[in-house]
Amino acid sequence: MQSLGLDVLFKGKNLIRLLGGLWVAVRISLFSVTISIALGLVLGVLATGRSRAFKAVFRVYLEIVRIMPQMVLLFVVYFGTTRVFGWDLSAEVSAVIVFSFWGAAEMGDLVRGALVSIPRIQYESAEALGLSDGQVYRYVILPQTVRRLIPLSINLITRMIKTTNLVIMIGMVEVLKVAQQIIEANRRSSPNAAFGLFAVVLLLYFAICWPISRLAGYLEKRWA
Amino acid sequence: MDFEAMREYLPLFWQALGLTLRIGWQGVLLAFGLGTLCAVVLHLRLPLLRQFTAAYIELFRNTPLLVQLFFLYFALPKIGIRMRPAFCGVLGLGLLGGAYMAETIRSGLESIAPIQSESAWSLGMTRLQAFRYVILPQAVTRSVPGLLANVIFLLKETSVFSTISLMDLMFTAKDLIGMYAKTMECLTLLVVFYLIMLLPVSALGSLVERRLRHAEFGP
Repeated sequence: MQSLGLDVLFKGKNLIRLLGGLWVAVRISLFSVTISIALGLVLGVLATGRSRAFKAVFRVYLEIVRIMPQMVLLFVVYFGTTRVFGWDLSAEVSAVIVFSFWGAAEMGDLVRGALVSIPRIQYESAEALGLSDGQVYRYVILPQTVRRLIPLSINLITRMIKTTNLVIMIGMVEVLKVAQQIIEANRRSSPNAAFGLFAVVLLLYFAICWPISRLAGYLEKRWA
Repeated sequence: MDFEAMREYLPLFWQALGLTLRIGWQGVLLAFGLGTLCAVVLHLRLPLLRQFTAAYIELFRNTPLLVQLFFLYFALPKIGIRMRPAFCGVLGLGLLGGAYMAETIRSGLESIAPIQSESAWSLGMTRLQAFRYVILPQAVTRSVPGLLANVIFLLKETSVFSTISLMDLMFTAKDLIGMYAKTMECLTLLVVFYLIMLLPVSALGSLVERRLRHAEFGP
């Protein structure tokens, strides 16, 4: 039985490099999620407002994001902007732009859904008790909305982490690329390293995303 | 914009769309079958199988398709399991989709009130009959919007197939950009072709959702 690459994993700085690659994906996700949540809150509140025009634009925006693969958006931003505007965006900046564009739409829809799901009677009862508009939001609506939103936003984080590895296609060195490099470098001494390394990458992703989605599931049940 | 070049590229893109659709469609079918099977296993609480199914669902829901494909295509041959790229694509999409479909169908099954089963049993139906004739039809109806959303998600995910050298839309666009550097033309075609592929599914989704609201039974 030949080695399946686990020895390669612990050779030199390989494991650290792999984790560094994973950090690239996680870092892009964290940046994008932060921007998405901020923009999404604004978009979601506006989408429940009175402006018909804004609602229509928001729906089209949401539909575009839902239909276009993130990879296509990534290509459009990374290669397209250079051609059209002459901007020389780095791969990481393009990635953050694309994933925020996507996340803001998703988050906006979640916020809108959460706000709409609060029954009218809650507003009316609060007003009947003599609370001002600001107080109604601050003490009645927001606490309930936030409870519904937190599990959903946590889910968005795992979805981001699972999507950001697409940056490999615009030439960023993330965890899969690092794994490939390590495999290439050791192809003579350990030709089967691909098995061990890709298995480890799979498990690393699982080790990050699983606890986060468990947390989201737990909060969703508890606060439902 | 060079429309002449775009016209030249068109046949290549149609071909790529064909391949993407073929693999996507087979993957979606596999996902649906697998998902139904898993949902039934979870719903009926079959011992042993249930733990195994739950582990499969968690693993595939919490890892990216790209990594799963790399594992299927580059890692498995090292332990003697070799598959053609197209087969890998279908299998990867099916396994990923199965996990998502299972969750959607399971929550559909759970949304049917227990009184429905109890009423069916008290009418003298066997457990299997009650499941087959009373629970399943209602659960499927409730899951359809979610299932269609999954189909869109899966068809979008096909965009990573280019990494295992399948000549899908993404691959074609990247290849043509690399050869002729007509970036804008290729990107436009890429976007248009994804719209051709996914707009109908999305439209079907909203249509079905509206229709199903009429079909809703009871409160």
